[in-house]
Amino acid sequence: MKRLDRTELLFTILSYVLVTLFVLSTLYPFIYAISMAISGEDAITMGRVVLWPVDVQFDAVAALIIGDRAKSFWISYTNTLFYTFYGTIFSMVLSVFAAYALSRTKLVFKRQIGFLIVFTMWFSAGLIPTYLNYQDLFVNNRWGIIYGFGVQAFNILLLRNYFNGISKEIEEAAVIDGANHFQILTKVFLPMSKSAIATVTLFYALNRWNGYFWNRMLVQGTEHPLQVVLQGIAEGAQNTDVVTNYPYSEYSLAYAAIIMSIIPIVVVYPYLQKYFARGVNVGGVKE
Amino acid sequence: MSEPKPTVGFTENELRHREELLDEMERTRWHRYFRQIKKDWPIYAMLVPVIVFFFLFRYRPIGGILVAFKNYDNYAITIGESDFYGLYAFRYIMFGPQADRFWQAFRNTFTLSTYGLFFGFPVPIVLALMFSEIKNEAYRSVTQILSYLPKFISSVVITSIIALMLSGGNITQAPGLLNALFTKFGWIEAGTPMLSEPEYFRSIYIISGIWEGAGYGSIVYFAAIMAISPTNYEAARIDGASKLAQIRYITLPGMAPTLTIMLILRIGEILNVGYEKVILLTMNRGANVLSTAEVISTYVLSLGGLTQGASQLNFAAAADLFNSLIAMFLVLGANFISRRVSETSLF
Repeated sequence: MKRLDRTELLFTILSYVLVTLFVLSTLYPFIYAISMAISGEDAITMGRVVLWPVDVQFDAVAALIIGDRAKSFWISYTNTLFYTFYGTIFSMVLSVFAAYALSRTKLVFKRQIGFLIVFTMWFSAGLIPTYLNYQDLFVNNRWGIIYGFGVQAFNILLLRNYFNGISKEIEEAAVIDGANHFQILTKVFLPMSKSAIATVTLFYALNRWNGYFWNRMLVQGTEHPLQVVLQGIAEGAQNTDVVTNYPYSEYSLAYAAIIMSIIPIVVVYPYLQKYFARGVNVGGVKE
Repeated sequence: MSEPKPTVGFTENELRHREELLDEMERTRWHRYFRQIKKDWPIYAMLVPVIVFFFLFRYRPIGGILVAFKNYDNYAITIGESDFYGLYAFRYIMFGPQADRFWQAFRNTFTLSTYGLFFGFPVPIVLALMFSEIKNEAYRSVTQILSYLPKFISSVVITSIIALMLSGGNITQAPGLLNALFTKFGWIEAGTPMLSEPEYFRSIYIISGIWEGAGYGSIVYFAAIMAISPTNYEAARIDGASKLAQIRYITLPGMAPTLTIMLILRIGEILNVGYEKVILLTMNRGANVLSTAEVISTYVLSLGGLTQGASQLNFAAAADLFNSLIAMFLVLGANFISRRVSETSLF
């Protein structure tokens, strides 16, 4: 019995240590990014910033937010807010409607429609035909980006599986009370599947917020979202091999932009995390 | 059915005939469908937007695959106007003068995925095991929440941080933090631009991928572990099973269905190496690094002129289709096996 306790204890200690190390490794880059954003130019140039800020300055952050580097940054930031807000609404409305319809047992052509949606998970036309199609349909402006993207078969299935799990009795009670389909969906199904809804909303919003490639390919300059501009700033920082006139390092500017781009995620994250761990598990795998 | 019967001008026989015809129509399927759709029209109205979306943006492009069989290499003419070339584009990319580049991209895709699977698959499992050992609930949930975080950060941010940390520096700028660290360890020569060197790309891609996905990936396994009844462990303890024996004989068998499905699904996706991260990591790093970094999707994009240079759309589309078809069979096969093995499937 004695030896046994020791292996268990050892394992527990090992778990604490390794988990702590892993979590520190996920936190470190973000702390480092903040430190780099507010450290002095010389300290960065000499590579003296390791964890905490050295020779604190806020010039880079100020330049990015209110100074001479702010204009294109804020344009892209509001673009991203626009894409994320309307894009998420668009994706959610379509997905929730589709999931509700597919969860009806009496739906005519249910199998066929289900197959139509699932097939897109197996086979995609490929990058080139997809690109040509977007060109064809003029998905090359801000509204095109909203309606041309974002509905994913997987998320529809996740919601549908969740809706299927809602008990038929409650639904029947609503029908007896004279509720129509739209009322059943909004008054019964949506409130009862908060975690699935929150999970899918989070997935869609993150896709929009983090989207890079297609935005860069399809829209131009002033319509570019944050990620495209951010990439440019970070790229620029690495390629600067002349001394700039600015009172801060280009690295600080890049890190400041990085921090600004993840602030909204970090802010909403604590509220949503309790849902998605559950939502992912319930909807992900169909029995 | 209580319609007012038109009696004027009809014989009784004709009326009976009319009723029979109506009954027959009722019995036909289409009529029944029509009536049902009419009755529950809001459900079908809800499906219209999604069907339109999938048709326009997922099915309509499939017609564009024709490009692969045509002599279509620029945007000036329409696909319909160009001549059919049959399998010329496929022969060209696979056996033509530049076939090496295609096969290199194919190999790279496969290598990155297999290494990623081999090193990356166990990590979330081990992490989930360790999370389940942390009995202090508050500490556990805080560490879990923090471990998911990288998954929610954009690939632009992740690759930018990687690039800044690994940069070899230049005249005005000291090397990035990790670059300096590796130099100190003697693993690299001072000032090596690590992202431009082919030999480091795989490690960078795979290790950063594990870092990004391990926490989030552990959710599914953690749930599986939590579903195992604690009485099993108590019984094992009474029988004198060590911790490792408990993991070996209780935890792992309890997770087996989840493990099998996740493994099969990962294998099914072995050809889907995301292009975004590869593009971002290799952008403006020179052609050298492409010998290990170019995967099918980035090869397709660059052949198609989307990321650089002149477009050879038919060649690009041919490579794309070849890859899509293999990928589809892998996914379908994986799903089929998963259904057979565990009666659980994603679709």
